[in-house]
Amino acid sequence: MAQPAAVKADKPRRVMKKSLRDTLTAYTFIAPNFIGFCVFTLVPMVFAIALAFCSWDGRHAIEFVAVDNFVRLFTQDRIFQAALVNTIVYVVGTVPLTLVCSLAMAVLLNQNVRLRNFFRTVAFFPYVASLVAVAAVWNMIFNPAMGPVNSLLAALGVENLPRWAAGKDTAMLTVILFSVWKNMGYYMVIYLAGLQGCNPDLNEAAELDGANRWQQFWHITLPQLRPTTFFVVIMLTISGFKVYDQMYMITQGGPGNATMTLVYYIYNVAFVNTPKYGYASAIAMVLFVLVLIVTIVQFRGSRGEN
Amino acid sequence: MAVSAVKDHASQKRRNAIMRFFIYFFLIVITAFMLLPFLWMLSSSFKENKDVFGFPIQWIPENPRWQNYVDIWTEIPLLTFIKNTAKITIVVTLLQLFTSSFAAYAFAKMQFKGKNVLFLGYIATIAVPWQAYMVPQFMMMSSWGLNNTHLAIMCLQAFSAFGVFLMKQFYEGVPSELCEAARIDGLTEYGIWWHIMLPLSLPALSTLTIFTFVNTWNDFLGPLIYLTRTELKTIQIGLRMFISQYSAEYGLIMAASVVVLIPVLIVFLSLQKYFVQGVASSGIKG
Repeated sequence: MAQPAAVKADKPRRVMKKSLRDTLTAYTFIAPNFIGFCVFTLVPMVFAIALAFCSWDGRHAIEFVAVDNFVRLFTQDRIFQAALVNTIVYVVGTVPLTLVCSLAMAVLLNQNVRLRNFFRTVAFFPYVASLVAVAAVWNMIFNPAMGPVNSLLAALGVENLPRWAAGKDTAMLTVILFSVWKNMGYYMVIYLAGLQGCNPDLNEAAELDGANRWQQFWHITLPQLRPTTFFVVIMLTISGFKVYDQMYMITQGGPGNATMTLVYYIYNVAFVNTPKYGYASAIAMVLFVLVLIVTIVQFRGSRGEN
Repeated sequence: MAVSAVKDHASQKRRNAIMRFFIYFFLIVITAFMLLPFLWMLSSSFKENKDVFGFPIQWIPENPRWQNYVDIWTEIPLLTFIKNTAKITIVVTLLQLFTSSFAAYAFAKMQFKGKNVLFLGYIATIAVPWQAYMVPQFMMMSSWGLNNTHLAIMCLQAFSAFGVFLMKQFYEGVPSELCEAARIDGLTEYGIWWHIMLPLSLPALSTLTIFTFVNTWNDFLGPLIYLTRTELKTIQIGLRMFISQYSAEYGLIMAASVVVLIPVLIVFLSLQKYFVQGVASSGIKG
């Protein structure tokens, strides 16, 4: 790499030239990704913050309205308030359910069972399966009038058959069950990795001391899984705040606004009927703040562990 | 004493047998929950509309209706949707692999001015969900005339911070002495990246490939916002459009869903190992 000309040059200059050349080379490595990243991610992000304080329909001039958007959101906009509450309900519903199911499945699979790979594959597949396709099946299976689930319940003698996605009280539950079913396998794999990292000697020692399986799990395995659990909770919470597709495909945000979420509302405000880009960005800022809070908690938590 | 030891042993054995019974019992119940919707989908895809909701469920239809699998190709431009999605997915995956591993090499193995500032740019965006800036992004793209083009979807999918993080993390595990030795041997930085880093990072590249492939193939909201013309639609929004148009054609909907699931199933089954490794390592490092 060293060229004869560079060797002859005086030392400090050569060092500077070399470091300059290194920097330039490094920039050529980074540029293809970074330019795309700047243009399509960083710039819109900054734009989004500015837009949240403006009013714009995409045709007339942008108008600065200070905090008007936010005042309207929190004082007048019933749909937004419903969306905010629903999003939180969804998070509070999915996080513990997914966590318990994925942990239970991981613990079962960690027990030296036969066909382990088969069980793992089956549990993981819904996660990679196309949402549109599986939501279509889900809609049919939980069809209140004809679906096999209600047919089964009727055959078992249940009288007030739940109306699932069509019922005001059950719509959110239906979406939550669907999400748990779809995403559980992903977190199960994370838990399996966490379980592999646990120290088996501790369990053996506890067994010699007379601890039963449940005690071992509760007092020895679970504490060792704390970092994993923390990570899973954070991931689930963040993806819960961003939920949209499931509602769009299973309930269309209804009935009424029973399953309207923040992202669903952003989509409606920005892309359906007359676009209100500024107002949509204000809702997006609320979403951002929620996710940011969770991320800060994660950052603090993972620092505390190290 | 010997007798009680034998007894203990026997009861221990029985307890273990009961334990194993419960483990398998629960595993099979959970697996059934995971699998039954797919089996129901497959079985319904061979039925006529009026038979789809028959109860008790007839898992294997008496007269399988293959016609559903013929009709879906004519009823909806499924082939166009698949082609569109394949095109977008392949371009995005290649771009993602190239630009991420390229940038990650510099961040992991080179010393240069502004390294920390640039990397901070990536880190700062982790907490920002795409949904929070999709609106201005859309306005920007449409002002450039990219609305209703595949290029828009490619641009917004191909340059993620995630890929750079993943590859950087992997490259940092490669001993720097290897690069030093190669530099002394006269390899340029590009040569080191191509001849040493890329071959070594196959596992990380596979993980990134799978994640990008599945994310792009299954992406919904992006194409929903950008692609409104039918001939441009991807398979997800195309299938969704078909479902809302033919909401009572249950057999056809299920047949189309099966067709949509097959490519992902093939990719998933053949690269499963990398998949599981990728997910698992994200948990450990997170």
